[in-house]
Amino acid sequence: MSSDKFNKDVIQKIANLARLRLSPEEATEFSEQLSKIILHFDEISDLDTQGIEPLITPSEIEYSTREDAVKQNFHAADMVANAPEKQGNLFKVPPVV
Amino acid sequence: MMDLLTASMSETRKAIAEKKVSAVEVTKYFLVRAEKLNPTLNAFIKFNPDCVKQAESIDQKIAKGENVGVLAGVPFGIKDLLCTKGIETTAASKMLTGFVPPYDSTVVARLKNAGATIVGKLNLDEFAMGSSNESSFHGVCKNPWNPEYVPGGSSGGSASAQAARLVMGTIGTDTGGSIRQPSSFCGVVGIKPTYGRVSRYGIVAFASSLDQAGPMVSTVQDAALTLEVIAGIDDLDGTTSSKPVEAFSKNLSADMKGKKIGIVREYHNSELVHPDIRKTYEQALETLKNLGAELVEVSIPLTKYAVSMYYLISASEASSNLARYDGVKYGYRSDFKDLSSLPLDDFYAQTRAEGFGKEVKRRIILGTFCLSSGYFDAYYNKACQVRRLLRNQYDEAFAKCDAIISPVSTTPAFKIGTRVYDPLKMYLNDIFTTSTNLAGLPGMSVPFGLTSDGLPIGIQLTGHHFQEQKILNVAYALEQNSAVKGKTPSVY
Amino acid sequence: MSTKISYRGFEAVIGIEVHVQLKTESKIFSADATTFDSADNENTSPVSVGMPGTLPVLNKKAVEYAIKTGLALGCNIRKKSVFSRKNYFYPDLPKGYQISQYDEPICEHGSIQFEVEGKSKTVGITRAHLEEDAGKSTHFGQYTLINYNRAGIPLLEIVSEPEMHSPQEAAEYCRTIRSVVRYLDVCDGNLEEGSLRCDCNVSVRKVGETKLGTKVELKNINSFRFVEKAVEYEIHRQIDAIENSEKIVQETRLYDPDKNRTFTMRVKEDAQDYRYFPDPDILPVIVTDEQLALVKKSLPELPLQRAARFVKDFLLAPSDAHLLTEERELSDYFEACGKACGNYKAAANWIISELLRELNDSKLAVHNSKVSAQNFADLITQIDQGVISGKIAKVVFKEMWDSGSTAADIIKAKGLVQVSDVGEIEKIVADVITANPSQVAEFKAGKDKVIGFFVGAIMKASKGKANPAIVNEILMKKLSE
Ligand SMILES: [Mg+2]
Ligand SMILES: [Zn+2]
Repeated sequence: MSSDKFNKDVIQKIANLARLRLSPEEATEFSEQLSKIILHFDEISDLDTQGIEPLITPSEIEYSTREDAVKQNFHAADMVANAPEKQGNLFKVPPVV
Repeated sequence: MMDLLTASMSETRKAIAEKKVSAVEVTKYFLVRAEKLNPTLNAFIKFNPDCVKQAESIDQKIAKGENVGVLAGVPFGIKDLLCTKGIETTAASKMLTGFVPPYDSTVVARLKNAGATIVGKLNLDEFAMGSSNESSFHGVCKNPWNPEYVPGGSSGGSASAQAARLVMGTIGTDTGGSIRQPSSFCGVVGIKPTYGRVSRYGIVAFASSLDQAGPMVSTVQDAALTLEVIAGIDDLDGTTSSKPVEAFSKNLSADMKGKKIGIVREYHNSELVHPDIRKTYEQALETLKNLGAELVEVSIPLTKYAVSMYYLISASEASSNLARYDGVKYGYRSDFKDLSSLPLDDFYAQTRAEGFGKEVKRRIILGTFCLSSGYFDAYYNKACQVRRLLRNQYDEAFAKCDAIISPVSTTPAFKIGTRVYDPLKMYLNDIFTTSTNLAGLPGMSVPFGLTSDGLPIGIQLTGHHFQEQKILNVAYALEQNSAVKGKTPSVY
Repeated sequence: MSTKISYRGFEAVIGIEVHVQLKTESKIFSADATTFDSADNENTSPVSVGMPGTLPVLNKKAVEYAIKTGLALGCNIRKKSVFSRKNYFYPDLPKGYQISQYDEPICEHGSIQFEVEGKSKTVGITRAHLEEDAGKSTHFGQYTLINYNRAGIPLLEIVSEPEMHSPQEAAEYCRTIRSVVRYLDVCDGNLEEGSLRCDCNVSVRKVGETKLGTKVELKNINSFRFVEKAVEYEIHRQIDAIENSEKIVQETRLYDPDKNRTFTMRVKEDAQDYRYFPDPDILPVIVTDEQLALVKKSLPELPLQRAARFVKDFLLAPSDAHLLTEERELSDYFEACGKACGNYKAAANWIISELLRELNDSKLAVHNSKVSAQNFADLITQIDQGVISGKIAKVVFKEMWDSGSTAADIIKAKGLVQVSDVGEIEKIVADVITANPSQVAEFKAGKDKVIGFFVGAIMKASKGKANPAIVNEILMKKLSE
């Protein structure tokens, strides 16, 4: 048995959303694998979670905030040093229309 | 000179502080060893050119009579998921090749602050996604007990380097078992602290609500000491706890009399478990009983769903965490000939298609799907709800025991390339480790048994939140009765 | 419910999102500076550039400012609010997601009141939530350059109910929001620098229709006048389209002030899937009762309340009270001045007619004025005590404005003290009457209007210094003799 939740159209739509270009072979492979995987993960759908607040941070950590103080430890040159392409101290990307 | 292959961190530090041996000598000893054995193991993917310089500065401090930290002159290897200032940090991905962080992760900063020297960066599964180290862009790392076998993952490089004693200590990270499983496969001591115990700042994020870094070292003593150094609240991570960090290493006690050790009913008849693993587990129970511990049965029925919950949540978070790898600010960008006519979406899609490996892509697709409209409630949110119920079951279990004991993984280390590539099957092997991360609990692996082929097998101990001391103590007791004790890997 | 405003048989429905840049020293999730004019990427750090492994740590002040604004807008403040990730790809967004608040915003269910053409209007505030700003893109045709100095600056996004029905209401709503956040001192309100950004959602429907029309979002409007013009244009564009049987497309449009029209920026094809989920890097924001009480106590009197008090206590005209309370600085100045001279009405008149004119002409803020509230009060006292006339006072004020000297010094140095000596004035009056026999004859013939001529001539002869009340009295006496 297999689920069609991950048919190729879905895979393509999700890949676009994730900005990932998939080859046709990858799309086929992922479609098959992820359909099987999600079918297994569907086991949680039977559990009763009515009214249960989702748990995000699993341990008890006290909420805290930062004081509003400036610490300028870095310079622009450090921040653009790893850029694949830059102009001066700015990041360069394709034209954004 | 002392035997650096067996010396503890504190013995070594003491000898250095008392000038019986210099930090430079210690560092060079391990550097020579690492450079000799690494071609076989592929544990290191980058050596730190400044390592000897760091050692020199420790020696200079000592010469001047200045105070040095508790890890002064102790050489460490760091999983290449942790940012190291001035040293390329890749997460074993093509996507981050060439990335040189202008900052240290807090864990690395604290190690350096305590005087540790950084030998280099250790191999891992790409972006820590995997449990065999086979998804590394830098090639698979080998298990020093038998180089035909995987070291486990994702912190495979840390486990391999430590087992072969290429360094005195290593740091790994654990999102669903990535410290404990390779520790078990390679016969080292690895601890994943309570969520919030150790700062995540500067650690390439995989799944933010699950990730924790921790020591992967030779002994429980060294684990306790290293944890003391790296744990504690951090201004740069709002999810670190302000709970004081205990003197874990001083407080270590192997006295098991009256200690209540929980055994999980639901794990009893797990058919997945390899017979050698079962045997080791039963021997561990026997040992603890003989030491005066009381075995109590606890029930955590939802642990059955841990793998599903884990992959739904971790893939969702990962899909968002990995969105920043887009070819704009750092790392890989596809080799575009001409930007001027390039649609922005193609710029992203091609860069990310070329920069990420297959396992990473698979999880990004899975996670994006789980968060997408129409599926959010059924998958991501549902998993988070069940996650709360799972944690509640652990809370009940820990009302009855000091620590829970279990196997680490269903199988010992396996041969490289032998796993039929079935991701679901691979994921299901994480049954014993993932619930610890989901519930935010501290967990560790301590070497205890050997397979019939002579590969090490670890035992997993899980504690309640911020009760690292309790599991360290149980591990300390097991360590003294371990079949792995005194044995060394074949590549040594 | 206010009366519906009809446009060619249509009704406009307008809701507004205002992004308020909070005036913190450092960014919302990192310690980078927030200064406006820094060099390229100078106000950045690994956190704001989204480098691997970096984490957000929440700025206390940003939360405080959000609470403050929420309270001023009558909102409920959530005891627990949540930061979520809004996932989308854009080069100005360094992490591939914006940290914002989604289903559990810090402020909800408030309202704001203002006046449009003398009528009071109340608009509901749906929510106000904290989020981080994105970076800035500069386009060069062949490529685009990205600066992350702005990335991570704290924003409070204030979302109104779709309860406005005219361009005037829309503009006044935005003005009032600006006035409130400036009163609270949580935002500098500078539209040109983008500290306050107003996005208007506009739709139209046939009068009487209850279903909302397709809405169009107007962005990039950098003045309140343009809010009015852009909305006005958009209402008519949509009505034209409907009347021509065209379909209104759900889209984002930009306003071009030079052409006074809006044009398509992007069409929202399939609604974007932002895949919101709670950010695991940030714990839920907890607001305690103590903290809430503390912020409540620190709230200043707001413009509307203050204007009402000015009308009630100082008997100002409502329009004057409104004018004086638009800016907190000005109303503080007014109150200080009125208190020092004891004549609030005169203070109001003088500030509105003289000070505001000078400030507007020179485009200065109140605190740039060389005339302090105390000095202005002294000038008014000189008038009230009859030392100088109102007319002379205008000359003195101009001098004070230019030089910063006190009224007393200027009056003394220039010999401007008003002549109230009856003997001296009698002499001038007598001279003027003697010199103008024909006008005297006209007066005797019943032409009262010539009195003005005599007063003018007398004031001129006294170089404006004669006390007008005494002049009047003596003139009437002499003419009737
Ligand atoms: Mg919005
Ligand atoms: Zn917004």
